[in-house]
Amino acid sequence: MNLEPRPPGLQETARSPHASSRALARSSAGASARPYAASAPYLFLLPYFIVTAVFFLYPLGYATVLAFFQTSGPVRRTFVGLENFSYVLNDPDFYKALWNTLLFAVASLFLQLPLSLGLALLLNARQDRLKGFFRLAIFSPNLVGQVFVGILFAMLFTPQYGLFNKLVFALFNTGLQERWLGDPALVMPAVIIASLWLYVGFNMIYFLAALQNIDQSLLEAARIDGAGAWQRFLNVTLPGIAPVATFVVVTSTIGSFQLFELPYTLLRQGYGPNNSGLTIVGYLYQFAFDGADLGTAAAVGWILTLLILGVSLIQIRLSGTTRKDR
Amino acid sequence: MSGLQTFLLVLAGLGLVLFLIRPKLGRAYVRYAMLILVGTLMMLPFVWLISASVKDPDVINDYTFLPPPSVWRSPSVREGDQRVAVDEVTDQALVNEATRVESTINSRNFRDLWTDQQTPQGPVHFSRYIINSLFLSSAATTLGLIFSSMGGYAMAKYRFPGRSGLLAFMLASLTIPGVVLLAPNFEIIYRLGFMDTYAALLIPGCVSVFGIFLFRQAILGIPDDIIEAGRIDGAGEFRIYLTLIMPLVRPMTSAFCLITFLGTWNSFLAPNIFLQSQPKLPLPVALNQLVGVYDQQYGIYLAGTLIAIVPPAILFFALQREFISGLTSGSVKQ
Repeated sequence: MNLEPRPPGLQETARSPHASSRALARSSAGASARPYAASAPYLFLLPYFIVTAVFFLYPLGYATVLAFFQTSGPVRRTFVGLENFSYVLNDPDFYKALWNTLLFAVASLFLQLPLSLGLALLLNARQDRLKGFFRLAIFSPNLVGQVFVGILFAMLFTPQYGLFNKLVFALFNTGLQERWLGDPALVMPAVIIASLWLYVGFNMIYFLAALQNIDQSLLEAARIDGAGAWQRFLNVTLPGIAPVATFVVVTSTIGSFQLFELPYTLLRQGYGPNNSGLTIVGYLYQFAFDGADLGTAAAVGWILTLLILGVSLIQIRLSGTTRKDR
Repeated sequence: MSGLQTFLLVLAGLGLVLFLIRPKLGRAYVRYAMLILVGTLMMLPFVWLISASVKDPDVINDYTFLPPPSVWRSPSVREGDQRVAVDEVTDQALVNEATRVESTINSRNFRDLWTDQQTPQGPVHFSRYIINSLFLSSAATTLGLIFSSMGGYAMAKYRFPGRSGLLAFMLASLTIPGVVLLAPNFEIIYRLGFMDTYAALLIPGCVSVFGIFLFRQAILGIPDDIIEAGRIDGAGEFRIYLTLIMPLVRPMTSAFCLITFLGTWNSFLAPNIFLQSQPKLPLPVALNQLVGVYDQQYGIYLAGTLIAIVPPAILFFALQREFISGLTSGSVKQ
């Protein structure tokens, strides 16, 4: 295949008055007459091919191989079979990390997404000038990186002086001295609260866009048919936003499973008392960069990949069946 | 009962009364009350951040937000706070330092931030980190824009052998979490000699499946006639892409640029792993050092965070509309 673009003069000669219609017909048939056009898409994609080969496919293969080796130092490695996997699967810390990650995923699914949807519904109710303002206010935390949010919230969670503790105290007359980041039982709730602030607005934007695409005449028809607000929501709005909701559910679950930077910085570059803020990626990070054990890290990576694949497949399947039901 | 509780009760009571008298008005009231409450809650950490960064570090915990205006100019020394006794110090500079009294509201955090910071690798001025971050983010955005839009154009407007397979491969690659590749990539970066260079950050991220999809989505909506017309006029394929297609996807371009800029500006993990020399660090990594295990300079850190939020905020305000349409275009237009 000729990968070099031909000089423009050569193309000119190849062109007849009917070239455009012919090219159209050919391109839709899956082949192109001109050698120039045939190589063009590959040239346009060349940077992607190179980057993907070097920084995706090769490391992916390498990670697969590494997972079966014990590494010590940059050069020495010995084949250990499934030992890395069995080590991880017998490590109580892994289950702690898994539990914390699942807890976070469940919270973002059942706390954060309903909140995002609720806010989107509130904002979508009527067109008004304040809408842009509120949308901006609720979205703005996303301008701040996870690292900054982590340390900012570490200060908001300070016993006695932290803003969050003061707010809780003003509301419930208790909890001023709560050590959110020092009490193993409260570390994950603290991470979840910080992530709520950070991400509620982000998913709200998706829901808002989906709500605006809903056919208003359908809602009107339901209203005329005497459907109540709840029924309209259940039978018109929810099916209308189902594709976006599936997208948001799957992406935010995948994101939850990759949680790392927020707890890592919230807990001052650590994993909390008794590893109470350890996530799967944090567990992987411990092996790879704190312990220089790339083999076990790769094994953890594969376990995480399988987990994510499994969970997202289940979610997509579930959303598919619910859509068929209606 | 605290003031906040009273306020919320009054708010709820008012809503209930309104709802009973005029249900329609009551509903609007509830809606706005909830939005205002949530909006305020989202803004509170920002208000706290701003007020904490202008407070003197000595009084950072003394007031929830700003101290009352009447004490703004008063000295920030707390009662019972023993400063260095002047007569015990012989060094004149130390005497000046010890007797220097700041008011409760001052720019000390920003002044301390804007100096050469002592690091194990020698002094580095704070502006250096800002320049690093600006350079990294701009370079990543430019590279990503060029290569991702090229890929998106190819995937949208060419029929070529292997296209559908490639599309499926791209989709599948999205499900592999990036951290799986972190450890092997570390070795690859090392072997390529990219360690402690910006190439380690810029080259692996210079084209993304996410970007390709974003541009593919936008370019799909452009009629083929335009491309055919360009070909008839004798334009080369690259010129068609550059001069005909790219101007038409301008909204998506700004959305992509903002998303990429934001992502790079805030990225922490990769630069933390791949960069070692202090003068090369971007803002998030450098700021994070201020609140390490041994060294906790929160006032300075908060001032730095405030500065770090400004560039993305300006960009966001300028490109808000495009940003939101770009974020959602992939999911909504299915």
